[in-house]
Amino acid sequence: MDIYLPIANLSVNALVIVLLGGGVGLLSGMFGVGGGFLTTPLLIVYGIPPTVAAASAASQVTGASVSGVFAHFRRDGVDVKMGGVLVAGGLIGSLAGGQIFRLLQASGQIDTVIAIVYVLLLGSIGSMMAKEAIGAIRASRGGTPPRARKRRHHPLVAALPLRTRFYRSGLYISPLAPLLLGFFVGILTILLGVGGGFILVPAMLYLLGMTTQVVVGTSLFQTLFVTAMATMVHATTTKAVDIVLAALLLLGSVAGAQIGARFAAKVKPEYLRLALAVIVLLLAIWIAIGLGWRPSEIYSVELSS
Amino acid sequence: MRKAVLALLAAPLLTGAEAKPVLVPDVSERDIRIVYSFTGADLLLFGAILYPGGKLPDADKPTDIVVVVKGPTQSILVREKEKLGGLIWVNAARLRYRSAPSFYAVASSRPIEKILDDRAQAIYELGLDSLQLSPASSAPAEQQDRFERGLVDLKKRSGLYVEQPGAVEITDNVLYRAKLTIPARVPVGRFTAETFLVRDGHVLAAATRDIEIRKAGFERFVARSAEKWSLAYGLVAVALSVLFGWSAGVIARRF
Repeated sequence: MDIYLPIANLSVNALVIVLLGGGVGLLSGMFGVGGGFLTTPLLIVYGIPPTVAAASAASQVTGASVSGVFAHFRRDGVDVKMGGVLVAGGLIGSLAGGQIFRLLQASGQIDTVIAIVYVLLLGSIGSMMAKEAIGAIRASRGGTPPRARKRRHHPLVAALPLRTRFYRSGLYISPLAPLLLGFFVGILTILLGVGGGFILVPAMLYLLGMTTQVVVGTSLFQTLFVTAMATMVHATTTKAVDIVLAALLLLGSVAGAQIGARFAAKVKPEYLRLALAVIVLLLAIWIAIGLGWRPSEIYSVELSS
Repeated sequence: MRKAVLALLAAPLLTGAEAKPVLVPDVSERDIRIVYSFTGADLLLFGAILYPGGKLPDADKPTDIVVVVKGPTQSILVREKEKLGGLIWVNAARLRYRSAPSFYAVASSRPIEKILDDRAQAIYELGLDSLQLSPASSAPAEQQDRFERGLVDLKKRSGLYVEQPGAVEITDNVLYRAKLTIPARVPVGRFTAETFLVRDGHVLAAATRDIEIRKAGFERFVARSAEKWSLAYGLVAVALSVLFGWSAGVIARRF
């Protein structure tokens, strides 16, 4: 079923877009990642202009995180105080990201920078998570009683002043740490067109040392607000948000997110983390190869004023 | 449009005072509306050739027809990727074109190079090799050629630049018709359909028809809202996402 996208100015197969949204939604519900890091490149491969892809994927991530956040709220899996601090940092970060984006776009190197940042981030986070998850799986298989994970925050985090209690996260740390983390992720949200969950989740686990049960819900909470902000930034500056494309993606992804969230409750978290690590590493390798491989298009065209 | 007028003015100069044939062209659609189900449009360009005194030409000098459909011109920036330090591919050189047609399709009754010489092709901009893209650059000719080949190749593969030699059918030397396909990803705006009558290596007559391609109904409303009321548009997009997500959650709880 072909349908015309009024902002992207082309017609697409509606079913393909809905299924794409569904697949990404499944992952988002399961791992607490927004899924933008998959949606945007997939849409570009399908032929959607990159700006429209990034702008519309942001609103799809918003929708996917709403249903995820609701699901996690019912399981009491959201630390609202922690989430609020992260959101505050994220909003400032997304504004800063907008400026960086404009500079890079004018120089024509935005694609290369995005690809390099992806490879570095995904590569390091993926291997960190894989190592940790494999260790946890080995420990539980080897019959040794799974020792309680030492929840420790990074020494730098402990050194920050103005400590306060985050009860649901089981932390007594400075709010500056999550504020900075939120700021950093906010920049990436605009720059990479992603929700940032794939960075936020491991950072919450390994840098802040949050309780595992609230990590996914709180990450989705932050993603919800920051991607909504990103949609607004795109709608008013690039005017590239295609509401028809977003609706098609949403249709698939909200359904997928529900299924994913239910599945996540049944699977051991260390297996989930290993699966996410594998996906993240594969993506990093894929992009790294893409950087060095002779591109299929040597020339690219953009409208200039 | 301006070029079409020039072509009309130039036609008598090329043929001298001799009475020349007249073209009566038409297109199947003058107003193409883009709605949700738009997947492109088939455009039929047809018409008749009126000879002075109703006299058909000699059989040894066949009459040829060339039709060209052009989209609105755009100012574009073309970038070229280059391998940096033997490692990664990055955008390096770039070239700006002030007026590249967003869409260009040419069809003819015989391959253009067989009916017109290079100079005439260049004057009337017939054929992808004869496009005048007006590069805004003082780069060496070799580089400009390379960029132009790259640009034309890219547009050709996305169906925006089309060459269809032999696609114009001429019946009894009087009636002609050609079918051109306009893909869904053309920009909206004023398109022109030009028809050229060629004989003996000369353009004897030319005529132009305008085609308007625009969004209609819901598509028009969405495109206008995004442009004019961007803040409200963004809020609606966010509200839609939240509503979708929330209702999915509610529905899922019932099961």
